[in-house]
Amino acid sequence: MKRVYRLEELDCANCAAKMEAAIRKIPGVNSATINFFSQKLTIDAEDGAFDGVLQQAARAVRKIEPDCRIIL
Amino acid sequence: MGRKQKRALARILAAAILTTVAWALPLQGVLRLLAFAVPYLAAGWDVLYAALRNILRGQVFDEQFLMSIATLGAFAIGEYPEAAGVMIFYQVGELFQSIAVGKSRKSIAALMDIRPDYAVVLREGEEITVSPEEVAPGETLLVRPGEKIPLDGEILEGQTTVNNAALTGESLPVDRSAGDRVLSGSINLSGVIRMRAESRYGESTVARILELVENASEKKARAESFITRFARYYTPCVVLGAVLLALLPPLLFHGAWGQWINRALIFLMVSCPCALVVSVPLSFFGGIGRAARDGILVKGANYLEALAGVDTVVFDKTGTLTRGSFTVNAIHPSGGSEAALLELAAAAESYSSHPVAESILAAYGRPVDKSRIGDIREIAGKGLCAVIDGATCYAGNGALMEEAGASWRDCHLTGTAVHLSRGSDYLGHIVISDEIKPDAREAIVRLKALGVKKTVMLTGDTERVAAAVGAALGIDEVHAQLLPAEKVEQVESLLAAGARLAFVGDGINDAPVLTRADVGVAMGALGSDAAIESADVVLMDDKPAKLPLAIGIARKTMGIVRQNIGFALAVKAAILILSAAGLTNMWIAIFGDVGVMVLAILNAMRAMLRKKAGG
Repeated sequence: MKRVYRLEELDCANCAAKMEAAIRKIPGVNSATINFFSQKLTIDAEDGAFDGVLQQAARAVRKIEPDCRIIL
Repeated sequence: MGRKQKRALARILAAAILTTVAWALPLQGVLRLLAFAVPYLAAGWDVLYAALRNILRGQVFDEQFLMSIATLGAFAIGEYPEAAGVMIFYQVGELFQSIAVGKSRKSIAALMDIRPDYAVVLREGEEITVSPEEVAPGETLLVRPGEKIPLDGEILEGQTTVNNAALTGESLPVDRSAGDRVLSGSINLSGVIRMRAESRYGESTVARILELVENASEKKARAESFITRFARYYTPCVVLGAVLLALLPPLLFHGAWGQWINRALIFLMVSCPCALVVSVPLSFFGGIGRAARDGILVKGANYLEALAGVDTVVFDKTGTLTRGSFTVNAIHPSGGSEAALLELAAAAESYSSHPVAESILAAYGRPVDKSRIGDIREIAGKGLCAVIDGATCYAGNGALMEEAGASWRDCHLTGTAVHLSRGSDYLGHIVISDEIKPDAREAIVRLKALGVKKTVMLTGDTERVAAAVGAALGIDEVHAQLLPAEKVEQVESLLAAGARLAFVGDGINDAPVLTRADVGVAMGALGSDAAIESADVVLMDDKPAKLPLAIGIARKTMGIVRQNIGFALAVKAAILILSAAGLTNMWIAIFGDVGVMVLAILNAMRAMLRKKAGG
């Protein structure tokens, strides 16, 4: 399953790259990309694991840029 | 500027004034430290806070942390003005970056402002305004002048002009009336129309374009991946270098601690790869947006990169270089008048739906009096035989004329000739051919001017027609009478010979070739799902001249990316080397670092500009 989310207050391109790398490492994620300019996060993950993946992704995002949030 | 940015600017100005004051005051010792600590904290308290927070979360090596260490270190060795100044400049850089990013986000958003906000649907005689997603196929919509057409569909009633600029980049409005198809995202200019929605919003042209452009950055260019990888190693390496620089010379060679720590701190100040990490994707984003404004949709930064390096362009003929519709080119009667020959041909072909017949009927332009026509019989592969005004007439190729026993002659013009005879009496022929698009020749000339080494045309058409079109356009290599699979073979043999190849087709029947080429370009794709699916670059209108424009934009973007990478790396390397040798100070380092970022971002924003990018 592939879903797109908006990222609020994404201010740093280097952070976006770090978040991308962190989210890709979450088990169950097939691919993840962040578009810094359109502030969009695309996650492709296993259907069953999606909710868990999303929670971990949100944590990873907060850890790297505390002001940044995934809009659900 | 947003509220956040205004606040940042105010803080920077206040800190700058306080620093100047601290400088002017004749203070010594702790008082001097305190005087500079005030502007330092005013400018950078949030950086210190973020650094602390990030360390607690296990994030080291981020820019806040490095800046904090560098400036606190400067305080530690008594370089108070430098510490405050560095923090202020760092914040100036951040502010500038945030403004630039906000600007480009906004300009891209404006570019993508083709999403229709609402649809006026007629339900049981009432006008109801709903969001386009809520309209079901088959419903009737009302579109007033000045409104965006919300969904793809057919005009039922009314007459208007439509501006497709947002979709194709073509700003010349087109007339549309009942029975014509209109596309979502175009703007209804002059008249009120009623139209029938043909599909759901999600499947409409505008929704597909928006999705395509918004997802463009999922595919990253090699240059982008390089920068991300580079950033991952650059920062730790520079930090390690700083540590070694601070420790080794004093420990091993009795260097002065203050001096070497000073040099190490300079290392930390230029350890952030921000200029590159922002400016490279910004350039690609700008380039893709710039292309979209001209109706050129590039599906990813990697394709923009590939497009810039193309040295061979392979075209499909029909529908790409030619219109793909037949027109009567010449009427050569053998004795009688042109009008009489055309009239007879129209009568003979009046029941046929073959493209050739349609072009003859279109050239005739009047309804055919069908009472004159008796029995009509098709002769497969040759033409047809019709009884007109009581006489048996033949219309078809040379073989048919042989069969009728008519003494026919071939035509010197290229194209499909329809020969006509009444019984065995030869009447003449009509030449029908596909028209070359008006800008096809210009497209080839401009590709050559851009340095494309080879242009190739592939077609299923006959040798003779292909050679004529190829010669008229100045194409280097022409391969005719190819089956679709043979087109793939041709492209593969070119690829095997090392060509960096773009294939341009109309997206119909050439999906295998589109996917095989380095860059598959589909044109005239407005409203064609298959083409948008299988191509890497989509030209929304059917103008071949958009291809050199696309290559021009791609090259300009790549040029900017290379300049930025080269420039930023060179300046950083220079600062690192000079600092290690003790030839710089903190001021030069931070000026250099922030300056590079500002210049790189300004340069990147050039990719968005619609200047002469063609060639």
